[in-house]
Amino acid sequence: MTSPLVELNNISRHFPGKRTSLFGPPETVRAVDGLSLRINRGEVLSLVGESGSGKSTVGKALMRLTDLTAGEIVFDGQEISRFDRARMRPLRRRIQMVFQDPYASLNPKASVADTLAAPLEIHEPDLTRAQRQDRVADILETVGLSPDFAARYPHEFSGGQRQRIGLARALITKPDLLVADEPISALDVSVQAQVINLLLELQQRLGLTILFISHDLSVVSHISDRIAVMYLGRVVEVAPAEALFRAPRHPYTEALLSAIPEPDMRARRKRMILKGDIPSPVNPPSGCSFRTRCPYAIAECANARPLLEPAGPGHLKACIRDDLDLSPALTSDT
Amino acid sequence: MSNATLAPAAPRIRLFQSPALRRFLRHRLAVIGTITILTMVLLVVIGPWLMPFEPTSTNIRNRFLPPFDSTHLLGTDPLGRDTLTRLLHAGRISLAVGFAVMILSMAIGIFVGTVAGFYGGALGAALMRFVDAMLCFPPIFLLLAISALINPSVISIIILISAASWMEIARVVEAQVRSLKERDYTVAAEALGARDRRIILREILPNAVAPIVVAATLNVANAILAESYISFLGFGVQPPTPSWGNMLQDAQGYLRSAPWLAIIPGIAITLAVTSFNFIGDGLRDALDPRMENR
Repeated sequence: MTSPLVELNNISRHFPGKRTSLFGPPETVRAVDGLSLRINRGEVLSLVGESGSGKSTVGKALMRLTDLTAGEIVFDGQEISRFDRARMRPLRRRIQMVFQDPYASLNPKASVADTLAAPLEIHEPDLTRAQRQDRVADILETVGLSPDFAARYPHEFSGGQRQRIGLARALITKPDLLVADEPISALDVSVQAQVINLLLELQQRLGLTILFISHDLSVVSHISDRIAVMYLGRVVEVAPAEALFRAPRHPYTEALLSAIPEPDMRARRKRMILKGDIPSPVNPPSGCSFRTRCPYAIAECANARPLLEPAGPGHLKACIRDDLDLSPALTSDT
Repeated sequence: MSNATLAPAAPRIRLFQSPALRRFLRHRLAVIGTITILTMVLLVVIGPWLMPFEPTSTNIRNRFLPPFDSTHLLGTDPLGRDTLTRLLHAGRISLAVGFAVMILSMAIGIFVGTVAGFYGGALGAALMRFVDAMLCFPPIFLLLAISALINPSVISIIILISAASWMEIARVVEAQVRSLKERDYTVAAEALGARDRRIILREILPNAVAPIVVAATLNVANAILAESYISFLGFGVQPPTPSWGNMLQDAQGYLRSAPWLAIIPGIAITLAVTSFNFIGDGLRDALDPRMENR
């Protein structure tokens, strides 16, 4: 097996929170707390978790848009977590990002051509103006937009079209890794499928590796090679997509799977409703952080943080209970 | 690609269809203000060439002529100088001071505000506390204290008023930059490896234009007013060079006998200042981002 494209080794990102008293030290918000994850070359790895689980922070850390508190990021053999901006710059063309909100991620005062030419001006300054225009036209066509759109401004486009422009901006430097931070959750349902399909098609055609961040398991089910489930700043289960849906090994994954809407009205089943909200990342529960909401929790769960352990081929889970018979996803097509 | 064209190419928005301009033109006072200012600028630029008098040529036999005299439309002053000629020449000075102060204080304010807002931290805090400290002085005392120490000239007056009025712009810019720095498109530029200069000039400042323009317009009005009152108090533009402020000062002694000497420059100052304020209001409404459709 070749080496993975990205290795996140035990990364943590803590933010200073509110001060507890006037002169006291600020609280620590543990957005990401000792997370490890590998992204293999050419795969689509989905990172799934509810809001507040720290999944976007993982994406930001990988993009080096936020500094790590601890841990290391190995990208293609290089440890980049301490790189300064100048050393990071040549790598940036290889790691690109698509943002969640297509209305916020495009500069309203810049034409499509300006937006798309910017990455080339930064990374390939030797190109002539004509060459840049050609590349912009090419990439617009690649994402399914007319090259005539280059002279227009973001407000003239729909959400789906804007997201395609955002995708074009990320792909114009021919990156190896694309971090897609909830790229479709701000779009109309009718447009979501189009953008997902485009993303998949381009992934195949360009040999991209994608870290797909989402809060919705049903969205990632048919696009992912592997899925990592995140809870309170840690990965609780990683598995090939098919295995995760067929045989989840962590109670939290089971709960997420049972929350997937079922289009067939007759297929009745019991839903597993989690009690309460995700605990505060300021003081997470001792031991297993999920135990406060876990229906299978036992006394030992409070003792130590469970480690990710093998639970099948390519399947890792962080749960001390091996005796559980967790129900799979109901949907038959996965 | 099969789906290469998702929508037919629509024509680009033309200037006169721009929603901001349409909103501005609906603001009646702002339109009147714009017309007034344009007229005043036109008059003070070409007017003096059309006048048969020099602003400094005295005529002792024609002192204190009231307005609507056959040769002197707005009358004459205690030295028999033509008031209209002086008013137009004074307007050149006063309006030029207003615009020059605006440009200079914009330059300082945008620079300080951008550095403070973009880099933040200790440097930003220090800069903004300095702005706060400057704002603590009542501007009139600041202006008079400094102008009493220096040799007044038009240039020194411009620098002086700018030094007392860049803080408002710095505050506006700092707040804008701080918020625009967090926008996704700015983060996207950072993720692309853009340098600070590029991020500031291409992503941040173009999106901060609207509030800066509003602040700049109000700044012109305040600068004209500031020039008037330091000149009125005798520390500004020195006679015989006329300015609206020192015309008022000249008129002080004759408020009863020749009130028009004070009324005429007074009207000019009022008209210019209120017009700029109306334009500022109109721009604020027209450029309000909440009204901007996507």
